Amino acid sequence: MKTAKAPQALEGIRALEVGHGLAAPYCTKSMASFGAEVIKVEDPSDGDGFRKTGPFLDHAPHRETSAPFLYLNTGKKSVTLNLESGEGVDIFRRLVKEADVLVEDLRPGQMAGMGLGYEELKGINPGLVMASITGFGQSGPYRDYKANSMVSYAVTGLMYMNGYPGKEPLTGSGHIPEYEAAVHAYNAIAAALFWREGSGEGQYIDVSVMETMAYFHEFAIVVWTHVGIQNERAGNRHPVGIHPLSLYPCKDGYVSISVATPDQYDNLMLLIERPDLLDEPRYADRHDRWNLADEFDEILLPWLLEHTADEIVSRAQELRIPSGRLNECGELMSDVQLSARDFWVDVEHPHAGRQTYPGAPFKMSGTPYQAGRAPVLGEHNEDVYADMLGLSPGEMSGLREAKVI
Amino acid sequence: MKNGLTQSALKGVRALDLTRGWAGPIGGRFLADFGAEVIKVEAPTGRGLANVEPLHPLKYMRVVHAAYPDNDPGDEPYNRYGAFNEYHRNKLSLTLDLTTEECKEIFRKLVLISDVVLENYSARVMRNFGFDYESLRKLNPGIIMVSMPGFGTYGPQGHFVSYGSDIEPNAGITHLMGYEGSGPMRHGEAYADPSAGVHAAQAMLTALFHRRRTGRGQYVDLAQSESMIGLIGEHILAYSMNGEEPERMGNRHPTFAPHGCYRCRGEDKWVAISVESEEEWGEFCEVLGNPGWAMDEKFRGVEGRRGNQDELDANISRWTADKDYKEVMHLLQSRGIAAGAVFTNQDVAEDPHLKDRGYIWDVPHPRAGTRQFLGAPFQMSRTPVALHRPAPMLGEHNEYVVRELLGMKAVEAERLKEAGLMVTRPPV
Repeated sequence: MKTAKAPQALEGIRALEVGHGLAAPYCTKSMASFGAEVIKVEDPSDGDGFRKTGPFLDHAPHRETSAPFLYLNTGKKSVTLNLESGEGVDIFRRLVKEADVLVEDLRPGQMAGMGLGYEELKGINPGLVMASITGFGQSGPYRDYKANSMVSYAVTGLMYMNGYPGKEPLTGSGHIPEYEAAVHAYNAIAAALFWREGSGEGQYIDVSVMETMAYFHEFAIVVWTHVGIQNERAGNRHPVGIHPLSLYPCKDGYVSISVATPDQYDNLMLLIERPDLLDEPRYADRHDRWNLADEFDEILLPWLLEHTADEIVSRAQELRIPSGRLNECGELMSDVQLSARDFWVDVEHPHAGRQTYPGAPFKMSGTPYQAGRAPVLGEHNEDVYADMLGLSPGEMSGLREAKVI
Repeated sequence: MKNGLTQSALKGVRALDLTRGWAGPIGGRFLADFGAEVIKVEAPTGRGLANVEPLHPLKYMRVVHAAYPDNDPGDEPYNRYGAFNEYHRNKLSLTLDLTTEECKEIFRKLVLISDVVLENYSARVMRNFGFDYESLRKLNPGIIMVSMPGFGTYGPQGHFVSYGSDIEPNAGITHLMGYEGSGPMRHGEAYADPSAGVHAAQAMLTALFHRRRTGRGQYVDLAQSESMIGLIGEHILAYSMNGEEPERMGNRHPTFAPHGCYRCRGEDKWVAISVESEEEWGEFCEVLGNPGWAMDEKFRGVEGRRGNQDELDANISRWTADKDYKEVMHLLQSRGIAAGAVFTNQDVAEDPHLKDRGYIWDVPHPRAGTRQFLGAPFQMSRTPVALHRPAPMLGEHNEYVVRELLGMKAVEAERLKEAGLMVTRPPV
């Protein structure tokens, strides 16, 4: 743990979040982790939709113990505000005046429909950097289409490549498209804030999950635009002709082994104790091996199945063969490398107790990562409305009665 | 789109990009796309795709893998490499052999006038060059240095070598993906590579903002594996809370049904369909013409549908079987139901929506001709990501860097060329 006094990279930046999905919350979670003050604006009746989404602590649904909610909202403040009321919209405008960044992931046009589109907010605060994250972006024929993780995998070419040939294409893990769009949005916001330091001007950022996810497929797209070839699904093997760049079962789990060069091939044969195959012409070329992948794997598998993932990886690494063990969630938490690097953070939460969360995506020597906890619903109404905006106790109770906050 | 009113967000920033492969170059490209001057420092030996060692493309790379335009490496394959030209647009190229003292000295001088150094060697390489962060900081206290090996620069596995294909399973991502009741499945793309690149960009942009405000540089140790774990954070936290591993469920969803991928007309054509509420289920049934099976009591309510998913999916597949995958997407989306045709690479490259948004760029290159590449990953109203220049040819900016930036005399530059240290062709 670094000392609390070290400066944080985004110190002094105040961000508002109006999030309904995962993308806006993950983007602002990252901002909070690097020192921004993030105010999450939630609906007064039941708050962020993920408060109702499991898994929950001990499988008991409770709005303060949803794993996705707790994870996605670390380090933020929560205020409740009804944006469907005129008073709520007025208060939001006052918040915008005090903010540097606004991140939202409502459907296109929804913010503008409430009188909170960028054009209007810019009039209130010309320095505002506003980012909207939606499935298909703010313009174009699909702008109003609905997206979710699977749909985003489908329309970007990634899903077509996932899975076995002959079987249906597979969606990817968890909610990666929304998370990655959030990181892209963070990057655009950081660039906009950098530029704002010189110009004093804010700007509007339109992030499409489809476009940010297609970015991860660019190599295959380039193959198409240059050579006109469609890569096909290849299960856990490499799709375009190198073998083994593959995931294999072993005695106690799975390991990935990546052999692309002649030296690596020789070392692989030493690893599996088959020096007799060092000069085997059938396997000398990695593309030939790809064509003979079934046959080649029959040579590897008996040895792999007799050894544990850790034995295989540590010996493979001694031989400089790119490789890694497959980790399940629990195995990640006991992974020696992650522990040695203090990756995990323990976070105490009034309702969820002390739990282990993933820590910093990278280690910055000068500006540490901050692991806070997720706020309970409306926890910071007082801080934000009374202290920051200067609302009187009378005004506050009036808003409460009107269910605006 | 460029116009007179827009500017570059990172104008005036200079970065030295020592990365190879895919992950690192994408990180550097973000800065270049934002208008920083990014100098790709390359070995004079050529441009390998695999990040193990410099590989001569002609010797090791099959044309498909290298993606030369029209399968033709031409006389200058190193300048026609599709993937390279994608990963390095908007950058400059300088060839330096960092094992030689002369080139090291040039590199040191560049560090003096740069803001960022990005590298993705395995952990020990920069140390061996004498360019670890401590050394660079002595030259330029404001320098931001980002290292991005697979498992980080220290720790018991800090020396491990890996490709993106090894990182994804290690980070827990692969464990979550796979057919129902079946083993783990990796993405069909070395997805960990570009993901690490986006996170490297995040690190550099965060550090640049801090430096702009405080003048302070810093060192970033990015373990590619660590950068990915946060992307499945809710599953990790759920494990911490309840001690349960997530189940692999193919294309199904823990709460919605139907949620699947259905075969359509044509070869290997599919559509992904997700019905997320009772209202949507009603719409969906109407689109299907309220068939008898859908009215069956067993499919009433999401619990009923989830409990009878095999039968539900078989019925839906019968409906999609003779339909065009894109038509199903448009039809369902017009009724407010999340659906996505399973796009091929061609579908993405030719998609009317992406074209309408200007996402697909035609990039002219002096040796590779004009080809289509993916453009800006997001739209920014005042500082849009723009094409400033195509990917550089090998050593294209040698003269600019050593003469204009470093003020080297013509005779000295000439001598470097003769020594084979500054080249525009790899040695034969």
